[in-house]
Amino acid sequence: MNTQSYVTADGRTIGPAVMEMKNITLRFGGVVAIKDISFDIRQGEIRAIIGPNGAGKSSMLNVMNGFYHPQEGEVMFHGTKRRAMRPHQIAHQGIARTFQNIALFKGMSTLDNIMTGRLTHMKSGLLRQMVWWGASERDEVKNREVVEKIIDFLEIQAIRKTPVGRLPYGLQKRVELARALAAEPKLLLLDEPMAGMNVEEKEDMSRFILDVNDEFGTTIALIEHDMGVVMDIADRVVVMDYGKKIGDGTPEEVRTNQNVIDAYLGVAHD
Amino acid sequence: MSAGFYFGVEVFLNGLMAGVMYSLVALGFVLIFKASGIFNYAQGVMALFAALTLVGFQSGQIPFAHLINAVFGTELHHFGWKMPTILALIFTLMVMILFAFLVEKFILKHLVNQEPIILFMATIGLAYFMEGFGDLMWGSEIKKLDIGIPQGGNFWLEEKTATLGGDGFYGFYLDNLDIWATVCAIILVASLVVFSQYTKTGRALRAVADDHQAALSVGISLRAIWVIVWSIAGFVALIAGIMWGSKSGVQFSLSLIALKALPVLMLGGFTSIPGAIIGGLIIGVGEKMFEFLIGAPFLGGATENWFAYMLALLFLVFRPQGLFGEKIIERV
Repeated sequence: MNTQSYVTADGRTIGPAVMEMKNITLRFGGVVAIKDISFDIRQGEIRAIIGPNGAGKSSMLNVMNGFYHPQEGEVMFHGTKRRAMRPHQIAHQGIARTFQNIALFKGMSTLDNIMTGRLTHMKSGLLRQMVWWGASERDEVKNREVVEKIIDFLEIQAIRKTPVGRLPYGLQKRVELARALAAEPKLLLLDEPMAGMNVEEKEDMSRFILDVNDEFGTTIALIEHDMGVVMDIADRVVVMDYGKKIGDGTPEEVRTNQNVIDAYLGVAHD
Repeated sequence: MSAGFYFGVEVFLNGLMAGVMYSLVALGFVLIFKASGIFNYAQGVMALFAALTLVGFQSGQIPFAHLINAVFGTELHHFGWKMPTILALIFTLMVMILFAFLVEKFILKHLVNQEPIILFMATIGLAYFMEGFGDLMWGSEIKKLDIGIPQGGNFWLEEKTATLGGDGFYGFYLDNLDIWATVCAIILVASLVVFSQYTKTGRALRAVADDHQAALSVGISLRAIWVIVWSIAGFVALIAGIMWGSKSGVQFSLSLIALKALPVLMLGGFTSIPGAIIGGLIIGVGEKMFEFLIGAPFLGGATENWFAYMLALLFLVFRPQGLFGEKIIERV
């Protein structure tokens, strides 16, 4: 296990493991989606999980997120074994996520969407809110300030009041990132943040992910099947294929790993 | 202006007031439909049950008296005291919140991710259960509901407007109860809108109405929200039950007001709170004016019984999403 902190070439401090997956096996009936996989995610790093379609990446993310409960293995979060919990409780643990197919509240404005990300930080009770007085109002104002900061950071001031259903795809992805960031998560999970984007949008998104990590020190785990982008931004990469881990290490190590090359380029059977 | 014109205005005003009463019922449907995608068939029965409970508390009835008498051969009926109205209201509200908890615990929780038709069937079952349970708890005789809202014509308004229309016109006749209902409905809707726009829980309610998965990911408990929504719907049912019950007595037919809410929903859309209000007003005014201008003189009257449904049918043909409902776009 990695317990030593170190400083990267670009001056970021990588701490001990935030989350550890230990021998995770996940089955759906007879189908084995994930088979005996272990890896860790360290404080402050950008950790990527890559693999071809159907490799089990999304299942892995859902295990980390608590949507799925693995049949075998343990998820350690901040050094303690995480008990099985209901999906909405995960957010209260400090894990925020985005979705491959964008799950925003389409009828609500950008601002309202991002404000929902602050729910876990807002403490005023139901009765207080009904009279909208004192603590409830201060709560709202204080959290609004945090949200405005994130809006500035991600450069979406202009669409603050726009219902997100009307925004183009790339901007929706950015709003979803903003909502996840608003929770000030200890661990941020991104499910294919660049899926369906053109080159320019991909570059924007990569820059935002790097900036978020740099500026807020947010630990990020992301899934991607586009290898190129991932290799540029990730500190360490896990490679999955057919539910198994076939590689783990820095982008350089992964790139030269024969198993990975075979999985991505195919291998001749004789 | 002639007396006929002012009489028309009076009909119009009465239509608005009737419309408010329809809106009150429709509102309960919209709240639950938005948050959980369930068409709650039991909304009308909830209004009946709330009114029954209110009268029961107020008059100091012993719950399940008939059942107890039948089993033990006793002759219980009343505790022998009257409860102050405000206290009875608070207790009734607590019963409705408890009811919301039980619905979530025994029905919704087990039907997560089921088809809408299954949830709809569950609410039909719930409606019949509540109807029987209400009867068993409070008895099935017709009861008078009086919580101190003045009733009968508003004489002040009648006197002030008596001189408007010349000899044949005696001033606007508006029922005090209807005026009260209107004021209550306006306050209710305004506070609901403010609550859902500017508070954390309101935002969570809208979030759940929009996308369940996303709501879970930001830490909203669907089950907690469902309890809150059903509690609010119970509160709205209580208001509707009070207004309709004061008007026509608390009895089984009270639950049928739900049928009047259906055309309102067709017009306003199932997902819009303003739609429920405006839909109610259009139906209320429409059916009164239609009766006044066309029904009574040319069709032999009694058009109020079917006008709303005909209007709803026209809407279904030409604008199925209603006036304010979200536009139905199917992506291919």
